[in-house]
Amino acid sequence: MKLKKIIFVIYALFLTPLYSNDNKVVASEVYKNLRCLVCQGQSIADSNSDFATTIKLVVLDQINEGKKEDEIYNFLISKYGEWITYHPTFNKNNFLLWTLPYAVLVLGGFIIFLIVRKNKHNKAN
Amino acid sequence: MKISISKIIIFSFIIFSFLIFWQGLKKNNDYDTKNLIGNKISNFQLIDLNNEKKLITEEDLRKNEYTLINFFASWCSPCRTEHEYLLKLSNKKIRIIGINFKDKKSNAISFLEELGNPYDFIGKDKNGKISVLFGIYGIPETLIVDSSLIVIKKYIGPIDQNQYDEILKLIQ
Repeated sequence: MKLKKIIFVIYALFLTPLYSNDNKVVASEVYKNLRCLVCQGQSIADSNSDFATTIKLVVLDQINEGKKEDEIYNFLISKYGEWITYHPTFNKNNFLLWTLPYAVLVLGGFIIFLIVRKNKHNKAN
Repeated sequence: MKISISKIIIFSFIIFSFLIFWQGLKKNNDYDTKNLIGNKISNFQLIDLNNEKKLITEEDLRKNEYTLINFFASWCSPCRTEHEYLLKLSNKKIRIIGINFKDKKSNAISFLEELGNPYDFIGKDKNGKISVLFGIYGIPETLIVDSSLIVIKKYIGPIDQNQYDEILKLIQ
């Protein structure tokens, strides 16, 4: 019985830092996806500004509370706007950003098709 | 005159790119959150700077038609410039809550003794976490919320004469 208790204590001691490190890994991923609003072109992960330090504390707290990444992003977006994340969601203001690459791809394919067809037609004549 | 489809497409693409870059140049790239109004403030609890047992919650703010929430610190130089406007507003029909941001209690008290205390309640935000709940990213920042706790005004930086007049107009 005593041995079981000792094993349990050792297990708990080893598990706590593992759990805590795991949260820190998730937190560092979240920091990378957040923009520092008071720095020039830096993420929260890169910055040591007052704002970044505060956001890091809040993100870590929320991860420790069991919140998922998306919940944390949504919380911060509700407070600071979409600019705070590096992942803009699809909306009427940025629909071109999302659709234009595909449109250009299709258009490019169409132009190539026209050129190839024209060349074939010229050769045939 | 025959115009090929590919020429039309290329020409349209050039015009389109030009318009995109033209719009991009006209746009102000300095982001701030002053337009983020209409959000509701929730899940907060402020601890009094002088008395840890004294709290202020959402329910307390619901009792006021308008509440002005000002984030300040003794180390913040622009906070000094806006202080005279806060003092003037303290005599008006608006409740003023101050939130002391990342500051030493003794310094905050000295700051208010020197310049006067316009606040009906002073909450403390030792590590800045409270400021995130209010969408603050630098101080001084001031919010005005209505009785439903909806942010109706947001001022980034120190309050000036124009903003003071705007607040007066709102509460009258």
